Amino acid sequence: MTEPLIAIEGLNKIYQSAAGPVTALANVNLTIQPGEFISLIGPSGCGKSTLMRLIGDLTQPSSGAIRIKGKTPEQARRDRDYGIVFQAPVLYDWRTVERNVELPLEVMGVARAERTSRASEMLGMVGLNDFVKAYPWQLSGGMQQRVSIARALVFSPSILLMDEPFGALDEITRERMQQELLTIWARTNATVIFVTHSIPEAVFLSDRVVVMSPRPGRIDAVISIDLPRPRDITTREMPRFFELATEVREQLRH
Amino acid sequence: MNDDLALPPKTFVARGLNWLPSLAIIATLAAIWEIAKIVFAIPDTKLPHLFSIFTEFGERTQGGNGPLWIELMIKNAGATFGVAIMGFVIGGLLGCLLAVVFAGSELLARGCLPYVVGSQLVPLLAIAPMIVIGIGRAGAPDWLAKSLIAAYLTFFPVTVGMLRGLRSVPADALALMRSYAATPWQIFWKLRLPSAMPFLFTALKIASTASVIGAIVGELPSGSPIGIGPVIVNAAQYYSSRPQNLWAAVFVSCLVGLFFYALVSLAERLVVHRRIAA
Repeated sequence: MTEPLIAIEGLNKIYQSAAGPVTALANVNLTIQPGEFISLIGPSGCGKSTLMRLIGDLTQPSSGAIRIKGKTPEQARRDRDYGIVFQAPVLYDWRTVERNVELPLEVMGVARAERTSRASEMLGMVGLNDFVKAYPWQLSGGMQQRVSIARALVFSPSILLMDEPFGALDEITRERMQQELLTIWARTNATVIFVTHSIPEAVFLSDRVVVMSPRPGRIDAVISIDLPRPRDITTREMPRFFELATEVREQLRH
Repeated sequence: MNDDLALPPKTFVARGLNWLPSLAIIATLAAIWEIAKIVFAIPDTKLPHLFSIFTEFGERTQGGNGPLWIELMIKNAGATFGVAIMGFVIGGLLGCLLAVVFAGSELLARGCLPYVVGSQLVPLLAIAPMIVIGIGRAGAPDWLAKSLIAAYLTFFPVTVGMLRGLRSVPADALALMRSYAATPWQIFWKLRLPSAMPFLFTALKIASTASVIGAIVGELPSGSPIGIGPVIVNAAQYYSSRPQNLWAAVFVSCLVGLFFYALVSLAERLVVHRRIAA
């Protein structure tokens, strides 16, 4: 067993709402190995997004601890360990596609020549070479999300946090994007935490699927996905794919 | 999500057709004007014919020996426009500065905003002489004293619009900046300020027309003989005998306001690179 990349112990998150305190996460324990693809799945209110945001230091736990390579999430954030992709692409619509992808490098003080070459490399990887000078609003939803992924990976973060990134896309675009994400992921060493509410998406993408349930948000089961890689369209037709999807579905029904 | 790419550029004819509704409205208003004169038998001294307002521009001034009225009006309009621009720039800069300060400090925003709002509730006609004459006596140059009323009207919408813009950044966009460990300075320049631009330009459009009114009001107590302000005061004195003169002056001041508005809209197109809902 290698040293875990992410170690989560006894994590609790309680929100103060108008109706009183709400337990978003109760006693969450999870370890994630370097290079793993982990999906968090569960119904609304199970705290899957909250867990992702806690790992990314976008919100603070009420109690418990998260260690990223032995560091606090805050330190990991300052070390630029996180690339983030949200459900909405959150592109800056006053910047061209290219300049959107360059943004993190700009903030990090990377020289212009290097920014341009890295952005163009990333945009090539997501298949948007012909659109570098376009503005985000000139692109389709799927293309915008590709820009968002390129932007998240351009500074080679060790952890990629994705919060229902394909949730707003149609089913056909969605399956194509899942395939592309696996191809891109295979070319990086990134560890992926992928929040979703789609069972086939979680099974197709992941090494392990973390099944969560609400009130209070907690982890019910962690299901290992032993489908061979590289995965493609034939993976979706394997009997084992259906068995695992059924296992996740039954676990969600508990 | 729709897969549409950018809309194709509009053809020349289609652009022309965009103007059709406004032209139709002008034609309708002109028709109502002239029909009302006939139906209610309104005499020319109360409501002049439209054509007589426009022929006014071709009249010679100073009892028929001076330059054409339109020549004088171009000069006066130019002067007023200059005062309006100057006030617009001063007020715009002040408004942006206040918005940035208020966006940075909730305490200052809460403390000062009521006074910013209050400043616009004071009757403009009353404070114009106080400001223009007061600042003039203090040794300020004539153009600055006149511009201050335009600045006074400009800074308010700019403060409010810019503050709204600076505060309207989506939470996820801020979260991204946080994940890059961006400094507050970087967040301001790369995210908050550009996000505020559409709000700023909406405010600047309102301010552009207000600043022309401000310039006209500011010209009155300055005692200066040039500008649309003195022309209006003069024409108002002769309204009962020669009403078309005042109407023509009003028409010119509207044109100056429209021209200013068009300039700001053009600047918006150049600066704000995004799909603007037409």
